[in-house]
Amino acid sequence: METLEQIRDRLLARFPAAKIELVVNPGPAAEHSLLLDAAFAPEIATFLHDDEVLRLDYCSNATGIDWPEKEIIDATTKAKTVQPGYLEAVYHLYSMSRKHGPVILRLRTANRSDQVTLPSFTPVWKSCDFQECEIYDLYGIVFAGHPDLRRLLMWHGFKDHPMRRDYVAPDDYEWEPTPHGSVLDRAKVHYPATAPQPETPKP
Amino acid sequence: MSLFPHLTAPPGPTVRAVHDEFHGDLLEVSMGPQHPSTHGVFRMVVTLDGEQIVKLKPVFGYLHRNHEKIAENTSYLSSMPYTDRLDYLCSMSNNWAYALAVEKLGGLTVPDRAQYLRVIMAELTRLVNHSCLVGFLFNDLGTSFTPLLYAFREREKILDLFESLSGSRMMCNYQRFGGCRVDPTPEWLATASALVDNFPKFLDEYETMLSGNEIMLARTQGVGRVAAAQAINAGITGPGLRACGVDYDVRKVDGYGFYPRFDFRVPLGAHGDTYDRYMMRILEMRESVKILQQAFRDLPAGPVMDPKAKLRGFRPKAGEAYGRLEGPKGELGFYLISDGSPNPWRYRVRPPSLINLTLLEEMCLGHTIADAVVILGSIDIVLGEVDR
Repeated sequence: METLEQIRDRLLARFPAAKIELVVNPGPAAEHSLLLDAAFAPEIATFLHDDEVLRLDYCSNATGIDWPEKEIIDATTKAKTVQPGYLEAVYHLYSMSRKHGPVILRLRTANRSDQVTLPSFTPVWKSCDFQECEIYDLYGIVFAGHPDLRRLLMWHGFKDHPMRRDYVAPDDYEWEPTPHGSVLDRAKVHYPATAPQPETPKP
Repeated sequence: MSLFPHLTAPPGPTVRAVHDEFHGDLLEVSMGPQHPSTHGVFRMVVTLDGEQIVKLKPVFGYLHRNHEKIAENTSYLSSMPYTDRLDYLCSMSNNWAYALAVEKLGGLTVPDRAQYLRVIMAELTRLVNHSCLVGFLFNDLGTSFTPLLYAFREREKILDLFESLSGSRMMCNYQRFGGCRVDPTPEWLATASALVDNFPKFLDEYETMLSGNEIMLARTQGVGRVAAAQAINAGITGPGLRACGVDYDVRKVDGYGFYPRFDFRVPLGAHGDTYDRYMMRILEMRESVKILQQAFRDLPAGPVMDPKAKLRGFRPKAGEAYGRLEGPKGELGFYLISDGSPNPWRYRVRPPSLINLTLLEEMCLGHTIADAVVILGSIDIVLGEVDR
């Protein structure tokens, strides 16, 4: 298979206006990825799917990642800069006809709150259908162009996105006779001192 | 009044009349989540025109416990026993898939003996899964439990082996990053080898009873057909894909573990129908027996754990890895991102059961509900993995 640099250069030659960046994976696996321009992503996906050399006809894995805001402290100047947070969708592409892969694609949203729309790859690879629904459900990325975007695992009417790093689980505290540790902390929040205390069974 | 009405009852009545511009009057039936032939808590909303299915919408999530979130809040090692609970019929393969991803993430090596043991465990798991699947498929066809009983007899022998080795029949928790947890004794290996040598006899018996069965042929041939191009695009993997004639087996393509050392064939179907999906399982079991016999013959001596592997307090370098293998149900993948801390930043399971359901609607259109049950049985899902 071509190297990722060659694929990137070929994509840039084909889509000169697109911004395509190589994201380096520093780990021993060294599976590097391509960060795509969301505006050109559907065309790039179609190109990768139909290209004679690559023929990436199989999208194995599609998933989301949450990258919250990060405070970066410069080592020399001690100046603090806040790196804005974003949501990311990652696709692992393989070729069943050419038997090679993976080519990893990444798409990033502008922020984590109101601009969370990304183009859907379901029209190109149907295997993204349920997986993109799952990303929408658990991370809150809205996939434009998805034929049936719905909550997959959580129930209808559920409000939040549980896989986000700042998700706060609901206070489903159950009464315990001898709360201790973190359960005691939650008990204090759940039953404030002014509220009537639950009855303690007498031995 | 229930405390959680949205959890106890699916919204809307179980059966209702709907009107469609094109079809006219239709009947919408909610099958599941407690229907016995949906293999767990799977629910499908089926719209019927007379007896024919015109629309089918799968509904998931009844067994959802956010496995990924739980794994992101614990260390790498403590997720290992939880992977058993994904697809609870194939815990050994799940363990291996996770170990494979972590080893890729941390750049760990695995000793030769452990590699052979992993192949042995994965192929025994395949025998368990496929023989049970065939039994359950016949349950869906209406032969109440007779074929399944024979499958369970063989399965129990293999589960006894798993129990004596790992301490648990189904939740084995056997693999570790860098090897396997315990070394089997020579007696264990002799018992396992004898079991494997006897397995083709069981398969012959099973096939005599089932493969040419007239009801089986009438109910499965030409039912639930999928074209190869459609299956590739929908990400169908495992026996369901190979039944369409697509030669794609991760054991051959990636050559993970020591699979390149083994001589085995990848059986391929021609029609992509339910019968071919059944036949793929039978033929794959025969190939698994061949792999197992080679593994028992060539099993080298040596350690089963890499002595340098660190299980507790394992902190891989920042980076990411996607490890995948050919599980009995299809391609099982784990995608891990490390930020250098003891917990994974991102832990993702690529569940073959969920993605193989992508084409369920296309397979079932035009068939009856009774056929949809058989088609679902031939796809082979486990809800622990679908809903995670």
